[in-house]
Amino acid sequence: MGVLGQIFVMAIGAIFIQNFVLARFLGLCPYLGVSKRLDSAFGMGMAVIFVMTMASAITFLIYKYLLVRFDIVYLSTLAFILTIAALVQFVEMVILKNAPALYKALGVYLPLITTNCAVLGVAILNITPLADGSSYNFLFATLNGFLSGVGFTFVMLAMAGIRERLALVDMPKSMHGFASGMILAGIMALAFYGFMGLKI
Amino acid sequence: MTLNMILVTLTASLTSQISVPVIILGAMGLVFGLILAFAAKVFAVQIDPRVEQIIGALPGANCGACGKAGCAGYADSIVHSGVEVNLCAPGGAAAASAIARIMGKESGSVTKKVAVIHCSSGGHNNTTWKYAYQGIESCVSAVNIAGGPNACSYGCIGYNDCQKACPFDAISIDANGMRCIDLEKCTGCGSCVRACPRKLIDLVPLNRNVYIKCSSQDKGPLAKQVCGSTLPCIGCGICSRKCPVQAITITNNLAAIDYAKCINCGLCATACPTGAILDLLCGTRKKAQMIDELCIGCTICAKNCPVEAISGEVKKVHKIDAEKCIGCGVCIEKCPKQAIKTAD
Repeated sequence: MGVLGQIFVMAIGAIFIQNFVLARFLGLCPYLGVSKRLDSAFGMGMAVIFVMTMASAITFLIYKYLLVRFDIVYLSTLAFILTIAALVQFVEMVILKNAPALYKALGVYLPLITTNCAVLGVAILNITPLADGSSYNFLFATLNGFLSGVGFTFVMLAMAGIRERLALVDMPKSMHGFASGMILAGIMALAFYGFMGLKI
Repeated sequence: MTLNMILVTLTASLTSQISVPVIILGAMGLVFGLILAFAAKVFAVQIDPRVEQIIGALPGANCGACGKAGCAGYADSIVHSGVEVNLCAPGGAAAASAIARIMGKESGSVTKKVAVIHCSSGGHNNTTWKYAYQGIESCVSAVNIAGGPNACSYGCIGYNDCQKACPFDAISIDANGMRCIDLEKCTGCGSCVRACPRKLIDLVPLNRNVYIKCSSQDKGPLAKQVCGSTLPCIGCGICSRKCPVQAITITNNLAAIDYAKCINCGLCATACPTGAILDLLCGTRKKAQMIDELCIGCTICAKNCPVEAISGEVKKVHKIDAEKCIGCGVCIEKCPKQAIKTAD
């Protein structure tokens, strides 16, 4: 299997089979909270892709050259949280200064992502050995972060699309908002469960 | 001896075991902190302090009456794009003058406006239905099916989109399912104007109390036939002819009042054959009365009276013809000597 093949397998895995929201159940807060409108879901998705890619790269380097080197791998969670929080803060400042338009589009969502468990999740999964005992190199870890973000965005957009239509449906008052959102999330997770049978 | 040695090695290994992670994590925190502190200096963005001051002066209702996305957006565009300072409807004159002080500008005058629904139909027993609508209870969605469920294709459907849109709870629904606008609570933000799919709502200056309660552009007989409240404007033009200041025009079989000209006299409402014009002051207007001792005979009142009820020669006490006087109050406003009062 060539590199392209590996990337393809990784993409299918990150987006469908091991989708962060619907298979790993990470990042559920924005999934239910920011999925009422398609455009805000898209903004959140873009911000998550951006932060996940950056965080994957930085945390991988921290892990390899600091934590493993000094034999304190057990502190990876703590170190990653510290890194992600600082990274998001830094990125926010840079964007505000250099790309005000991008800041306006992402601005509200960037601070939200600081504490998003999906970002920490991808950082930890990147350093976890795979089923065959091997583990990601730097490039693949970064790519995995990016593709996981794409998977998150994909599910967010699907959810927002359905909820936008659902808002017009005449349903009992008790089912409005989160109640129908939860049921919807369950049905979508069931549908994604079907992808687990994919063999590549 | 042995115990002492064990203790020493244990302490040494413990210290190294604890100190390494503490130093590494501490160093990471320190480095990140330094980077962020440095970045805060390098990437500092100057925020105009006036923007925050203006946000403080605005009511914070985020109603969108100014045409900007929320109060912060309006404050930003006042400072950076030179937008007018008097666009905030809920804040009114107080907010406008506060912003003008911050910006060092003169504030234009703000006339308070209130929303008026130009239809007297739409309730439970004053609407003629074309079919029984059973879809989503929203005007926006109901108008899409065969031109709306009510027979009059210009009239109110009565699913209260305007009430849902009102951020100030100024619209209430009465027992007959009619919408009543509380003029005290209404700030003239225009949310309901945008919410109504039939464009029945309009902002009218608070001190103008005569409204055309119809928006039908149907021809007279048809308008009469489809109107559930039997109070349609048939476009006959009687009001237009009766108006002393030519404030009413008829376009597309519908009368419209130009509130820049209207003097609030209510003659149109009394003249309207179908009762389509609502006059809130009906019956409360008081005729003008001259206080003879104060009148200096300047003739200003006579020139301004829309119905020529005041007569008199220059420098002589003027007389008001109580028969002709319609109680519009224009002369009381115009008299430089406060020589005219309302009759008891």
